[in-house]
Amino acid sequence: MPAQLTSDDVVRIAALANVTLDPREIALFTRQIGELLAYVEQLQQVDTAGVPPTASVRRGAAGASADRPDEVRPSLEIADTLANAPDADRSQMEGGFFRVPRVIG
Amino acid sequence: MTEDTIAGLAGAVRTGARTATEICQRALAQLDATEPSLHAFNTVAADRALARAAAIDRHPARWKQAPLAGVPIALKDNLCTRGLRTTASSRILDTFVPPYDATVVERLEAAGAVVVGKTNCDEFAMGSSNENSAYGPARNPWALDRTPGGSSGGSAAAGAAGIAPAARGSDTGGSIPQPAAICGVVGLKPTYGRVSRYGLIAFASSLDQIGPFTRTVRDAALVLSAIAGHDPMDATSEAEPVPPYADALTGDVRGARIGVPRGLVGAGVDREVAQAFDEALASLADRGARLVDVELPHAPYAIPVYYLVATAEASSNLARYDGVRYGMRTPPAAGAGPDLPAMYASTRAQGFGPEVKRRIMLGTYVLSAGYYDAYYLKAQQVRTLILRDYDRAFERVDAVAMPTTPTPAFRLGEHAADPLQMYLGDVFTVSANLAGLPALSVPCGFTAGGLPIGLQLIGRRHDESTLLRVADAYERGTAWWTHRPPIATR
Repeated sequence: MPAQLTSDDVVRIAALANVTLDPREIALFTRQIGELLAYVEQLQQVDTAGVPPTASVRRGAAGASADRPDEVRPSLEIADTLANAPDADRSQMEGGFFRVPRVIG
Repeated sequence: MTEDTIAGLAGAVRTGARTATEICQRALAQLDATEPSLHAFNTVAADRALARAAAIDRHPARWKQAPLAGVPIALKDNLCTRGLRTTASSRILDTFVPPYDATVVERLEAAGAVVVGKTNCDEFAMGSSNENSAYGPARNPWALDRTPGGSSGGSAAAGAAGIAPAARGSDTGGSIPQPAAICGVVGLKPTYGRVSRYGLIAFASSLDQIGPFTRTVRDAALVLSAIAGHDPMDATSEAEPVPPYADALTGDVRGARIGVPRGLVGAGVDREVAQAFDEALASLADRGARLVDVELPHAPYAIPVYYLVATAEASSNLARYDGVRYGMRTPPAAGAGPDLPAMYASTRAQGFGPEVKRRIMLGTYVLSAGYYDAYYLKAQQVRTLILRDYDRAFERVDAVAMPTTPTPAFRLGEHAADPLQMYLGDVFTVSANLAGLPALSVPCGFTAGGLPIGLQLIGRRHDESTLLRVADAYERGTAWWTHRPPIATR
């Protein structure tokens, strides 16, 4: 098992999770997530040799395929979709776009 | 006392004895009167509801067969409603107005239900007390200084307070039975795959399910019949036929085998809860049910498994909140750079509350390189063992009984500083989610201080009928369901 969670670990995870944390949150989460990891450590006591993992409990999959024909179907109106956008260009003749900050330098 | 049940109200609308409009006005008046105390709603949809009720009253002939004709309904605020703000109690979705309806919303409205509003819940359904709502907690109608439970706290509170005889919740780790129990109403979490989740704001996709809060077991059967069934829009919804659930309510439990996991419920349960549970079992035995000891040896591991599986799935599901297509966007702080990744990170920092961040962080960690096998894979393997425990028990019994919660409603703020203590209260509810089994909570008593207690029944996959039959027979022999909090009757 990994060693004690450090604040460097928390900063690294925050970057992976795309969340900026302030110094107070880094300290708090280092302690709390460390406690949660210590708590879940009890699972190591369980003998799981040869036990398959369960990712989904859905059992109907074998009998009822979730596939459907690959056909064009109606989708949401572009104007309805853009109505929730924090920033959008709705003036384009093709119906508009989401607008985002600079992606590459 | 039947006038404010679904069966009673819909019957009165169908026969013309009452109008949908008058029923809707009463529900909205009760909502207005209780909302300052309960804070059960994030959004009230008064105009929409009255228009809908008027439309039903204009064409009574169309609703002659409608099972929920004119029944006011409160929807958890993580179910998408077209044109009606849906926030999941998160700042990041504060202004989100869905462009489509969840399948359950379509089905409920087609059955005649009238949506009165969107109920308060823990942010993205992450919590057991409703205290993680960005809008502040809903309160327990039986004791305003206590939690209504979570995550569907507002839905349970609205049901208990007599605002809406039907409320809709979602359940990832006990978010229907737990608030139902501590608010004194019936709550049913159906089998995984039984009800379409199209339009449910996703938390943990291998666990999430939608189900009703109602005053009676019969009402739960009526609502489940309206919402269950396959939906091409949700690939996890199952094609299994939907039985007429109300037909299961025979009042007869003779011969039903009820499993009691004594090893699990023997310790750590509040004395009054344990006593009410034992009395409920005795009542079922009096009516002819057979009590059988069963063992669920891996059930104590359900909480650590749940918090690994649920957080891992949440970290993936919540990646979609990026400030681009919907919801809030926050410009990066000075010095963080003007570019896209900095915008993502600052939006999520401002938009998510502490519990959501904590869970995204834990979930990201357990999925990250080097830790996946030790945490996530291990949890999925123990999940298999929990499932096998239930499979083995259901070879000998038709349902497993346990208290829904180890304690009655706790005080708001009681566990605020210690998330782990809060998680431990979910000990009896999370295993049904991990195993995908249906679970129902029915009121089974009160503490001396007047706080409701719930009896939980867990059944075989797709055997909601047995749970409903046993719970209905129990309910017929008791008067717990007729008790109302003072706030409901003023």
